[in-house]
Amino acid sequence: MTRTLVTDAGNTWCPGCGNFTLQHTLKTVLADMEAAGKSLDDIVLVAGIGCHAKIADYTNINSFYALHGRAIPVATGIKLANPRLTVICCVGDGDTYAEGLDHLIFAAKRNIDITLIVHDNRVYGLTTGQYTPTSPLGFHGKSTPQGTNEYPINPMELMLASGATYVARGYTKKMALLQQLIAGGIAHKGFAFIDVLQICATFFNQTAQYNQQEYELAEHDPTSFNAACAKAREWDYNSDAPIALGLLYKRERQTFDERFSVPVMTQEVREQSIREVLEQHR
Amino acid sequence: MNTNIYPIATSIRHCRGNAVNEVSVLIGGKAGDGIGNAGVLIAQMLNHLGYYVYLYNDYPSLIRGGHNFAVIRAADRQVSVHQDRVDFLLALDQRTVDLHHDASPSCTMIMNADLVSSSLAGQGISLRAILAAEQAPGIMGNSAVIGAFAKTAGIPWETVATVFHSHVPKGLELNLRVARRAYDQVQTVRVIEPIDRPALPLLTGNEAISLGLVKAGMSAYVSYPMTPSSGILHFLAEHADRLGVTVIHPENEIAVMLMALGFSYGGRRVAIGTSGGGFCLMTEGVSLAGQAELPIVIVVSQRTGPSTGLPTYTGQADLRFVLHAGQGEFPRFVVAPADANQAYYWSAVAMNLAWKYQIPAFILSDKTLSEGQYSLEPENISAVMAEEPLLWDRTLPYSRYRDQPEGISPLAFPGEKDAIVKVNSYAHDEVGITTEDAGMVNLMAKKRMSKWGALSFAVMDYPGVYVGGKTDAPTALLCWGSVRGACEEVAVALGLRLVQPVVLRPFPAAQMTGACFGVSRMIAVEENADGQLAALTRGHGIEVHGAILKYDGRPFTPGELLVKVEEMMAR
Repeated sequence: MTRTLVTDAGNTWCPGCGNFTLQHTLKTVLADMEAAGKSLDDIVLVAGIGCHAKIADYTNINSFYALHGRAIPVATGIKLANPRLTVICCVGDGDTYAEGLDHLIFAAKRNIDITLIVHDNRVYGLTTGQYTPTSPLGFHGKSTPQGTNEYPINPMELMLASGATYVARGYTKKMALLQQLIAGGIAHKGFAFIDVLQICATFFNQTAQYNQQEYELAEHDPTSFNAACAKAREWDYNSDAPIALGLLYKRERQTFDERFSVPVMTQEVREQSIREVLEQHR
Repeated sequence: MNTNIYPIATSIRHCRGNAVNEVSVLIGGKAGDGIGNAGVLIAQMLNHLGYYVYLYNDYPSLIRGGHNFAVIRAADRQVSVHQDRVDFLLALDQRTVDLHHDASPSCTMIMNADLVSSSLAGQGISLRAILAAEQAPGIMGNSAVIGAFAKTAGIPWETVATVFHSHVPKGLELNLRVARRAYDQVQTVRVIEPIDRPALPLLTGNEAISLGLVKAGMSAYVSYPMTPSSGILHFLAEHADRLGVTVIHPENEIAVMLMALGFSYGGRRVAIGTSGGGFCLMTEGVSLAGQAELPIVIVVSQRTGPSTGLPTYTGQADLRFVLHAGQGEFPRFVVAPADANQAYYWSAVAMNLAWKYQIPAFILSDKTLSEGQYSLEPENISAVMAEEPLLWDRTLPYSRYRDQPEGISPLAFPGEKDAIVKVNSYAHDEVGITTEDAGMVNLMAKKRMSKWGALSFAVMDYPGVYVGGKTDAPTALLCWGSVRGACEEVAVALGLRLVQPVVLRPFPAAQMTGACFGVSRMIAVEENADGQLAALTRGHGIEVHGAILKYDGRPFTPGELLVKVEEMMAR
């Protein structure tokens, strides 16, 4: 290891927060990547705003601590600016499924080669407990003391419909699988989406329910879109149906960044090109 | 036959001792008639006769129907505004005659005889018959009108053919045959004499902005379509490979802004473009650029507001918005060019300053500038170069926000060996890690704000205030952006001083004080209802005594403005 992967920043996550698991997992994945010959200088972490996003401060690599809901367009720009970079995007569920939903759908549609890790605790933590797009119907939050009046969205189904080429679900209490899914997502060429069920120790601790409902996918064909859709629909983020963990879907498709070349031009070439264009306007 | 260029109907009334050689042509018809393209071809023909050219396009926000017209004004000197009164009126339909003939009673008319029934003098051609004879589609009717105009104005057929060869992208031969048929059907009645001067490149303001940005090293442009800024997107997309620009059209303006900041963080010189409504969506990202100290150039091309307003008409009501957009305090550069030549130069300067100071830089345009066509002076092309920003020299461990003189921290980009580049929208320390420590928050705020002073000082090296007209006159017209075109002509005609601050932030206070020295009466001329430049100027201690304001979406013309200025001076 050429450097410690944790910065000096004081950690302010609550005791028992699922973010610790995610941070530790990501650290392990990064260390493994470096051991395999990848320079940490070529990796960028982009985060939105929310409890999840503190990972940008805590992880000692290049980072862009962006705005609520806006990590994805930033990550897209970075990847297009320099396709040599590995871009990992940590986002929250309120962050990406509410404020930044349009960007999420377009990232999948474009198949931009970034890895999206959704810290899906199904509650706004940093703003102290309001419902998010994946909170169950009737969720009692500070903005909905009588319970929410809307069903959650199913992000797995949404991502399959939008064209994501790597769709997986992890759980912070299943670290080995989580590590495998994140490493697989980073290795995947294209838009990798990993919804991580993460408990919020303070505002929405679902550990008991998840432990009861979750199961790891076995004998599932991730190349089958129909099989993936079936698994995605099994649990709608509202019911007590079984929750499939693992890689639901994976396919290869040309990535957005592959369709652009990085222009390299000297002042002289640039000026000559301008003159040529001007000539067409004469 | 009159072989002299006509006594200029279009020159300013009371034009005092400024004999000028100029001609104006108006072509009008329905949306879908190809009026815009026809205008460009006529502009190019006059360009090839040796004239400086300005083209104004007036069109409603629809695809078919409605009334479109273009005014092409050609002169033996640079012009950047059109006139109401024209010498030639080319009417593809009756409405063109109804709407425009009264302003130009002595004009030479060419009419589509199929649709125009007029007792007014002029030459009629049947577009239907010409198109039928050549088995040409209806859209080529404009070529017939151009052919008829060329003959009427005594323009040699060779000039028509040259211009068609260079500027008709599709169906060249057929278009030429249609034009020739009309050319042969009419008489030469009012000759536009050629001038012995080479043709210049004709560029819209949007195209000039694009090329200026490229000149300063722009390699990425991100934009969501919005009139009147879309011309930049279209132009750069068309020439992306040749100019070395990655052009991206994302899902919305929020994505535009944030994606561009990703490009910037990645080390790519990037610009974005929009109009007021799109800029509203970008403002959270403007503030992020300020806090994270990410260089970016933002083109805001104004149209008539508020809200959706008049999408295809002009306005200058977003000055205050652009000067202040974004929460919190951070330095920015705002420049408002008046014509394509200024737009080219200042767009390059804006890119350089954005990178030197790691700030958002704004190019404030408007529909008149963005979509008008101008003659570009070729010697301007080399006038400005891409300048290197301050880069990390590897002597100290990398800190993205290292507190250095003038507040400028050395830049490194992700992927550079041993540099951990951390940018942050939160208040942060020198490394880029979030902090709430009062001392550090204070230090970083001071660091950011110290760039104001350095930038203000640097801007003094540029021609930030344009002074024209009678430069020592005690009465001055104060204007910004494309309105300068009309103001300068009125200033020349009435012997007034013309003051156009090109840089609007940091306000060029010293240059303005110099430019306004000896002025006892300052009249602001703006295309808004609130006198936004007047207020800004007063805020810097320079008195403005009156304002002539217009906010109907139509640009000031010199003739109209002259009357208003005279009225105000008589008071």
